Amino acid sequence: MSATATSRNGHSGNPVGDGSLRPDDEASPEAESQGSLPGRLLKAFTGQITSRVPPADLDERDPDYIRESLPGLWLLSSLYFRGEVRGLGNIPEEGPVLLVGNHSGGNLTPDTTVFTLAFSAYFGVERRFYQLAHNLVLSMPGLGFLRKFGTVAASPANAEKALRSGAAVLVYPGGDHEVHRPSWHSQRVDFAGRRGFIRLALEHDVPIVPVVSIGGQETALFLSRGESLSKLLGLDRLLRLKVLPISIALPWGINVGDFLGHIPLPAKITVEALPPIRLRDEFGPEPDVDEAYEHILRIMQETLDALAAERRLPLIG
Amino acid sequence: MRVSAQIEIAAPPEDVWEFVVDPARQLHFMAGMTRWEVEGEQATGMGARYRTLMRVGSAEVGGLVEVVEWEEGCDLAWSSVTGVDQRGRWRLRARPDECTHVELRLAYGVAGAGLLGWIAEQVAAPTVRGHLRRSLQQLKRQVEHERLRRQAAQRRTARGAASGASASSSGS
Repeated sequence: MSATATSRNGHSGNPVGDGSLRPDDEASPEAESQGSLPGRLLKAFTGQITSRVPPADLDERDPDYIRESLPGLWLLSSLYFRGEVRGLGNIPEEGPVLLVGNHSGGNLTPDTTVFTLAFSAYFGVERRFYQLAHNLVLSMPGLGFLRKFGTVAASPANAEKALRSGAAVLVYPGGDHEVHRPSWHSQRVDFAGRRGFIRLALEHDVPIVPVVSIGGQETALFLSRGESLSKLLGLDRLLRLKVLPISIALPWGINVGDFLGHIPLPAKITVEALPPIRLRDEFGPEPDVDEAYEHILRIMQETLDALAAERRLPLIG
Repeated sequence: MRVSAQIEIAAPPEDVWEFVVDPARQLHFMAGMTRWEVEGEQATGMGARYRTLMRVGSAEVGGLVEVVEWEEGCDLAWSSVTGVDQRGRWRLRARPDECTHVELRLAYGVAGAGLLGWIAEQVAAPTVRGHLRRSLQQLKRQVEHERLRRQAAQRRTARGAASGASASSSGS
């Protein structure tokens, strides 16, 4: 199955994406599950999940809804997270752009909330802006409103569709791997080697704007990604969930999986958008993907280090 | 939500007007304003459009505004075209002794935002009011400084002309 193959509903063949644009380079559960009863059950289950993932209809983004939601987001961002977003002027005023962020905060990602508000207020809700999210997030009951904000399931096909429409697209290459990293790794940009965003930017010849955030990983005490646990339970094959995170979070105490979310602690969230990177201008007409990846990762890590140095206390900022 | 601030400036209205209509000067005296750019060909006057942003809390809020009222030396009002709903007004009134009473008003909100919108407006009001007050204080300082500078330049010119005249009369 290729990275850009799409199913009937317009999504990649992944039963569950990971928000990372990662090529679908592993054997599909369907292929492994032919014949046996557990295999058929597995197929039925993954089919259920797939059917819950909404099709990538970019038209579901609703500027009026976003506009009317801005005051609520502003209250949350300003009072609860004391959000601070810098460098929005670095984002090109017009045209498609790939915003590449580091991701924190478990399944509830306050950095996305703070950045979405800032972007929509700065450029206006009229500017097309899509965020790629884990399929599970979009298929969860009660989170349908995210699609009105422009959140679509993470897949190369959806990212291409959004960029072709001339939109700004926010991707988190680290996906579930990064968002559930232990709290003591909060000052680390960790894309797990996922380079799909570089290829996407090259294919569409769009600038990359790195977006670095800090504070999200302080909204709970993240203990482990639980990769071994996920493997043991077969979730990696069943749902393409490489992680089964374990954290201490409100109101659950010990929180395994974070499937129901949690109440985030009011950590100060700081986000900084960096100057745009035009890969062909900086790395020649045929850029080396690894070199570009290392460059972007390095400047994001340097920025995260600088933001971390500004923080005096966890949560307080 | 409507907030306003006012101040007395020791300069005639035409001096103050010169500042408030000049888009290039807005960022110099408007507190909290991070953007005030002319949109289109027309820089001032009725129908001029500007892209504006003001930092309030965690976001820079604003949008495209258009001048909808223009009474030379007296009143200037703008209204939002896109972005957060807003309507602003400069109100200049002459006072005795070449002074000007200046009032800056800003009404803002998001139609349809409901209770959260109302709460957000109330929470933002002290910040916006503070921006308006500081803007007027900075405007006063800049206008009065400019007026003093001009008066000093006029005195210098007059002195120079007088000394030139006396020198020519003594020479003759």
